Amino acid sequence: MKDIRAKVDAVYREESRRVLATLIRLLGDFDLAEEALHEAFRAAIEQWPVEGVPANPRAWLVSAGRFKGIDRLRRRKRFSPLDDEQAEQLPAEGKDLAAMLDEELEDDRLRLIFTCCHPALPPDARVALTLREVCGLTTEEIARAFLTAPSTLAQRIVRAKNKIKMAGIPYVVPSREQLPERLDTVLRVVYLVFNEGYAASSGSSLTRHDLSAEAIRVGRLLVELLPEPEALGLLALMLLHESRRTARASPTGELVLLDAQDRSLWDRALIAEGSALLQRALATQEFGGYTLQAAISSVHAAAPAAAETNWAEIVGWYDVLLRLEPTPVVELNRAVAVAMRDGPAAGLALVDALLERGELADYHLSHAVRADLCRRLGLSVAARAAYTRALSLTQLEPERRFLEMRIAELGQ
Amino acid sequence: MKYACLVYLKEADITALTQGEWDALNTECMAFGDVQVANVERLGGEALQPTHTATTVRVRSGRVTTTDGPFAETKEQLAGFYAIEAKDLDEAIAFAAKIPPARYGTIEIRPLRELVAEGNLR
Repeated sequence: MKDIRAKVDAVYREESRRVLATLIRLLGDFDLAEEALHEAFRAAIEQWPVEGVPANPRAWLVSAGRFKGIDRLRRRKRFSPLDDEQAEQLPAEGKDLAAMLDEELEDDRLRLIFTCCHPALPPDARVALTLREVCGLTTEEIARAFLTAPSTLAQRIVRAKNKIKMAGIPYVVPSREQLPERLDTVLRVVYLVFNEGYAASSGSSLTRHDLSAEAIRVGRLLVELLPEPEALGLLALMLLHESRRTARASPTGELVLLDAQDRSLWDRALIAEGSALLQRALATQEFGGYTLQAAISSVHAAAPAAAETNWAEIVGWYDVLLRLEPTPVVELNRAVAVAMRDGPAAGLALVDALLERGELADYHLSHAVRADLCRRLGLSVAARAAYTRALSLTQLEPERRFLEMRIAELGQ
Repeated sequence: MKYACLVYLKEADITALTQGEWDALNTECMAFGDVQVANVERLGGEALQPTHTATTVRVRSGRVTTTDGPFAETKEQLAGFYAIEAKDLDEAIAFAAKIPPARYGTIEIRPLRELVAEGNLR
């Protein structure tokens, strides 16, 4: 009995998201599918000890869930014509279902991702829905990770599901024609979740680390099911960043910048995996911004010590990135690389030109960069002013502590 | 599902076009009438005269008030609409993307709502 319970738990962990994805397609309704999923697992706990664990637990659960779902549809008092139609479209039970399952199941997981990240949904709802439905996090877990009230998050999810139904957002993998835009939206959601988990580096950030892990999980799933160049590039980028997680925080939780990190702490396995994905993405010659950022990250990963970084190569990648995404943030990052290649004065000229255009005036990192370049040039007064400005623009605790430390180092 | 594709344009952008450019855009819209997008069925649609020709009517406490306008100076104005029957939102999006003014203004897609005696959605 205990063994069976453990078995059901294991199946739940491994299969519940796949089963849910398929039930959503079969039942045409997120909430109904979720209820059906739980009823199917409840049935498994009751029946498997008596009848034995089925040979294909996944097919068994889909089949049980489908029955429970139809049952629920029938029992609903207001049996709308739409539900009738749905019930008729449900595929027949039996061998066909099991055969059809394995083919369709992988597609269902993709369908679920694309529906949750549909551009017709508000961006914050895409994130919440993806974590809830694709990753299986609870509403409370998501709320905690995003420092939001659970009720706010629950409402966001309810509204999103409602819009899916009312606006007719389909449960499909987009057509070739729509795929580039739609994949872009999905990748943005994944990267946003990753960064949310990566930006915080200490203390209360345990749940946030889970966010990065979830983002990587969805990234892997995408690469497995739809190996488009930018999906490869994004996973490469996330893995290369993730490889430095341990090194980027000191034992006391202080932020450690790239050049001061203990490179022996970098996760070599993640770097190898990320680099291999990067090569695959570059080979397609149809890559975009994520791949280019991964390429930059991989140059750092390849340097045995900070002083041995190939800055010329990094500036080269930034030049390509800037042509593709001419944004001030990319310009700022390029300026940092130029400063490393040609000296702080060259970088400072670029940063000042950028700040003069007023585009990043309220971005803490542009002032932090300016401060750092001034410090390296021995301009302590200007450095102090810029660090102070940067400090006034960020709420992130580790970053604040880092900036305060730098100000203290400048002395009086 | 039934959808309305509402075509919004900045009227200032239209007046900025030369007569030739404006005529060309209209000719394109006429040709679009014969373009089949996926399985989308057209239920209807019209182009509208600009907002300076508009009249606004309100009834409050049984009294009719008629005014000119509305004039929204900065936003885009409703310039036309299509009513369509599409399989789902993605098909409606594919249709909307082919409407020629989408290159100048925006197309708002709204599901049509069926009026019923009770339990109306809101």
